[in-house]
Amino acid sequence: MQPTSRDFPANARAGLVDPVLQRALGLARTGFPARRQQAIARLPEFEALREEGRRIKDHTLANLDFYLERYEAVVIATGGHVHWARDAAEARDRVLEICRSVGATTVAKGKSMVAEEIALNEHLERHGIAPVETDLGEYIIQLRHEPPSHIIAPAIHLMKEQVADTFRAAHQELDPARSLAEPRQLCEEARTILRPRFLAADVGITGANFLIAETGSSIIVTNEGNGDLSQILPRVHIVLAGIEKLVPTLEDAATLLRLLARSATGQEFSTYTTVSTGPRRPGDRDGPDEYHVILLDNGRSALLGGEFHDMLRCLRCAACLNHCPVYAAVGGHAYGWVYPGPMGAVLTPALVGLREAGHLPNASTFCGRCESVCPVKIPLPNMMRHWREREFAQGLSPRAYRSGLRAWAWMAQRPRLYHAAAALAGRGLGWFGRDRGRFRSLPLASGWTLVRDMPAPEGRTFQSLWAERQRAGGGTR
Amino acid sequence: MPEPSAPRVGLLVTCLVDLFRPSVGFAAVALLERAGCAVAVPQAQTCCGQPAYNSGDRGDAKAIARQVIAAFADYDYVVAPSGSCAGMVKVHYPQLFADEPDMRARAEDLATRTWELLSFLVDVRGMSEVAARWTKRATYHDACSGLRELGVKEQPRRLLASVHGLCLAEMPGAEVCCGFGGTFCVKYPEISDKMVGDKAAEIAASGAEAVLAGDLGCLLNIAGKLSRLGIRAEVRHVAEVLAGMTDAPAIAAPRR
Repeated sequence: MQPTSRDFPANARAGLVDPVLQRALGLARTGFPARRQQAIARLPEFEALREEGRRIKDHTLANLDFYLERYEAVVIATGGHVHWARDAAEARDRVLEICRSVGATTVAKGKSMVAEEIALNEHLERHGIAPVETDLGEYIIQLRHEPPSHIIAPAIHLMKEQVADTFRAAHQELDPARSLAEPRQLCEEARTILRPRFLAADVGITGANFLIAETGSSIIVTNEGNGDLSQILPRVHIVLAGIEKLVPTLEDAATLLRLLARSATGQEFSTYTTVSTGPRRPGDRDGPDEYHVILLDNGRSALLGGEFHDMLRCLRCAACLNHCPVYAAVGGHAYGWVYPGPMGAVLTPALVGLREAGHLPNASTFCGRCESVCPVKIPLPNMMRHWREREFAQGLSPRAYRSGLRAWAWMAQRPRLYHAAAALAGRGLGWFGRDRGRFRSLPLASGWTLVRDMPAPEGRTFQSLWAERQRAGGGTR
Repeated sequence: MPEPSAPRVGLLVTCLVDLFRPSVGFAAVALLERAGCAVAVPQAQTCCGQPAYNSGDRGDAKAIARQVIAAFADYDYVVAPSGSCAGMVKVHYPQLFADEPDMRARAEDLATRTWELLSFLVDVRGMSEVAARWTKRATYHDACSGLRELGVKEQPRRLLASVHGLCLAEMPGAEVCCGFGGTFCVKYPEISDKMVGDKAAEIAASGAEAVLAGDLGCLLNIAGKLSRLGIRAEVRHVAEVLAGMTDAPAIAAPRR
């Protein structure tokens, strides 16, 4: 997917005036936090669990080379194949090669953000292979030719009416008079359409929530069971995962799963948690003949040991999106690439470049809600600030903004001059605003007064009044 | 006059209080003096440097931080009527000097002495009530930095509960950001507008006649939006109410 993060302000403006999007976001921004809150209220050790989750991921990242090699060895020992992909193109090529090696024409896909990151669907289609999304949300947006707007709820930007229209347009073979008014009817229709496609698929592709070094297993969680069908029915199962998905043991994964479900959807556990280890063994009743894992780097290893190292702890739970007031205002498409919200504001510049994605870490009030809900305590605002520092150091921020900032900072380092200037500004603005107490417009402040009034200063500065009080002997010192 | 043994408090005025609303500074001084402190106001302070820091200008942020660290070196405590500026000193100064051991030690020393006004009054000075009267139905906005960096939540509410005549009408989204965010509000005005518009709607829905908070940045933003929308609600810093200093016109209110 071609990023449009450069156009974030325009994308955001479009989102702000989209009535369907605003209705959908209005439901999401209270629903997700309320469900998470209820779930953690029932788990008194949640905070201790967060600390443990952070420890597990930190330990794994500090020894990532060891765990990756261990994992590879165990996957091979269980009869699977491991493919290392340095970038998106390599990962796409590996998938295509595997599909071609078995003469695949259709592929059933479980939800995978890495597949979005490497733009897999377009690649397969270009080479004559039809990918079928099997997660309901992903299926909806695939029909609409839209990217996901949320990392766990890809069609969150739509209301059920849009989904019904999409289904009517796509499923022409069904009775036009059928009712699609209820979510349940939409779900059943998707199920009916998808069932034969699972059975027909030659290859199943899933992502991975965790890769287990000890057992060579991959784990996915879903609420629809589509991941199971995608990976069990076809002859070939391909797991697509970033290298940061490793954890040492199944026990570690169990700890993180408890955090993941509560942080993501407010569930105690996702409906389906599926562990896959290698291909079908003699005597197994089901499972694929071939089991492949594609381990994607795509810029991740470059983050190790640097300012953005902690980002590699991310579980992709979306709690940061769900609690972000900026995401709630503009929706996920405004961010212009695969990963929206606070985690996207940190990750996207690392993956597509700061020149393209510089707006994202700037479009934050640093309210800190994302960090406060992150199950593995990623300091998201601090890392957004690090991107701003790089932008400033590289001269990428707008020239007028930089020179204004430097001028202000110069003044702020000269207290006497600063106090004199502030006293003058306070007097002037205070005098002009003395009647109404506010300004509807103000030179050089249009960014402010475009949308709200500017309260007028009281007139005198605190420092000048305090100095007066001291001279009059009214102070304590 | 305070006792000779009274703790010496340096008031970190904050640039917004200095320029826009000195009343808040005097209310803070009054509360600190009632809490038995000897208050001084170092002249060598301007701003905490947060605009530079959050804009990625680490060099200027450090230079301004050095100035603050020097200006407040001699006080037992440093108190700011702002969670945002107190958080900058308490949480971010040590990070800013992470790679300069000497300055880092000085920054950490300052950090341990620095407090947001309400948490200082309640958590450090043990204040549990104020002698103020204000007959209003008010709602309280939890400014982000104070809430999430410094844990300011119950302290203002505990003191407000002792104000005669005051009835607190809580908003369900009291902890949601108002959309100020320093330079964010002018860099992304439409997004900021949506956020502060939602905040204004919640204030209106709460039925409150007044809205209080502990950070002037948020208050200027909220007052400006309420005024633009024509929603009548008196906007004040919580210190003004707790100090019983509510004679000055409210923020963005007409003067005559």
